[in-house]
Amino acid sequence: MAELVLISTLNGVLFGLLLFLMASGLTLIFSMMGVLNFAHASFYMLGAFVGYQIARWAGFWPALILAPIVVGLAGAAVERFGLRNVHKNGHVAELLFTFGLAFVIEEVVQIVWGKSPVDFRVPTLLDFPAFTIFSTNYPAYKLFMLAISIAIFVALFAMLTRTRIGLIVQAALTHPHMVAHLGHNVPLIFMSVFGVGAALAGIAGVIAGPALVTQASMAALLGPILFVVVVVGGLGSLQGALAASLLIGLLQTFAVSMNLSLSDIFVNSGFSPNPKSVLGDLWRVTIAQIAPVLPYMLLVLVLIFKPTGLFGNRET
Amino acid sequence: MLEVRDLNAYYGKSHILQGVDLDVAAGEVVSLLGRNGVGRSTTVKAIMGEVAPIGSVRFKNKSIAGLPSYRIARLGLGYVPENRDIFPSLTVRQNLFLGQKDAGREGRWKLADMLAMFPNLQRRADTAAGVLSGGEKQMLTMCRTLMGDPELIMIDEPTEGLAPLIVKQVGELISEIARRGVAILLVEQKLSIALDISNRVYVMGHGKIVFEGTPADLKANEAIRREWLEV
Repeated sequence: MAELVLISTLNGVLFGLLLFLMASGLTLIFSMMGVLNFAHASFYMLGAFVGYQIARWAGFWPALILAPIVVGLAGAAVERFGLRNVHKNGHVAELLFTFGLAFVIEEVVQIVWGKSPVDFRVPTLLDFPAFTIFSTNYPAYKLFMLAISIAIFVALFAMLTRTRIGLIVQAALTHPHMVAHLGHNVPLIFMSVFGVGAALAGIAGVIAGPALVTQASMAALLGPILFVVVVVGGLGSLQGALAASLLIGLLQTFAVSMNLSLSDIFVNSGFSPNPKSVLGDLWRVTIAQIAPVLPYMLLVLVLIFKPTGLFGNRET
Repeated sequence: MLEVRDLNAYYGKSHILQGVDLDVAAGEVVSLLGRNGVGRSTTVKAIMGEVAPIGSVRFKNKSIAGLPSYRIARLGLGYVPENRDIFPSLTVRQNLFLGQKDAGREGRWKLADMLAMFPNLQRRADTAAGVLSGGEKQMLTMCRTLMGDPELIMIDEPTEGLAPLIVKQVGELISEIARRGVAILLVEQKLSIALDISNRVYVMGHGKIVFEGTPADLKANEAIRREWLEV
């Protein structure tokens, strides 16, 4: 049991931090520009594939540096030449634009790399078990992912709160017009934030690629969860995004490993439901089986009881 | 310095500004008066590019109609909006710091000046600006725009909803701005401080300028005051 708790906690925190790398960009873009970027998870996928390609040519370490830069530039270009033109037609047009973009990126990735998963391997330098608890070997690569994610969180937070650019970005989150009236180049700030957001998702893709499966459907698998994270955490709040990422990461990891059903819980109370009744199946559904639904149940609860999100201060 | 000719603006289909002509010379203090909803704020927003302007807007002999707001601001045109858009999560000091167009670029207004002039801002320099009182917020927005060293500052309803004592302080700051040679376009509803400190006044009604003259002219013209200003 202790083994399960420890390993699940580590995995949950890791999954949560990966979510945060993506959700941080999404929440900044959302609250600053009002753009619900459906293509955000596609930048994560793009990061994994570009990383895979560069890793084949030049090795994993150049890929770790170069792939996020490539994805960041692609993101900046999407804002500059796509969204900025679509913007004057309103939020619905922007929404449809990013929605379409997600499909375009997925198709392009399938044309270039095919539909089946590519062989993106953990670098040999990190391909060993870091430690063994009880009977489980914990891979060093996962610890490396943890370290990268934490380093980026610290860097991002320091930049936003300690630098002038960061203060301008913070101000533009809530008052973009006023920031422009003070003479700051708001279109450039928007483009940069979009680019940096895409690059962060790209980093998540490069480091998650070898650990998970690098395939064209990876964006669609993760995309919806990101929106849950952003709304649960509160729009525009980085602390909220971090808290919600960790919460959902842990929630899902623990739920998957629990083979408990309602009838197990009541088994000692002398209460035994009739398995043949209409809702009889409900009693035998395990927590592991409903794990994928849990984030969305959390989303519904948050929207009912605290629509501003855990840390947010504006309505969704 | 600022020349507005035949300025029109629309919100959707409603024609808010219907050919506004207005001038502010260098170092001049001009007030734009009128009742609520006649288009005073829209005039300033159209000059600043926040509302799409149709017509001619020239600042320092350069056409600025259609330029993005940040370019207009960088030409030396400052704007203090009526809703006192302070950045609530940043401290007072950080708010003032972002008023500078580039880090460390100081003009005739320095951070130390501002804090010395307003002991309240000094005392709360490192608290989040969101918790300031209405009067303190008004001071902060004006000081923040001044940190960008504008040559002309447009101030929208600085005394709205403030206690008389604070109104007096706002008036003193506006006089100080004028003393340092900065031109002012003041949008006001109340006549009191506007008539005391202005060189010239405009009165607006239904999207047009209906009167232009000195404060003394306006005091003498009871018909205009009764029709367009007094409630």
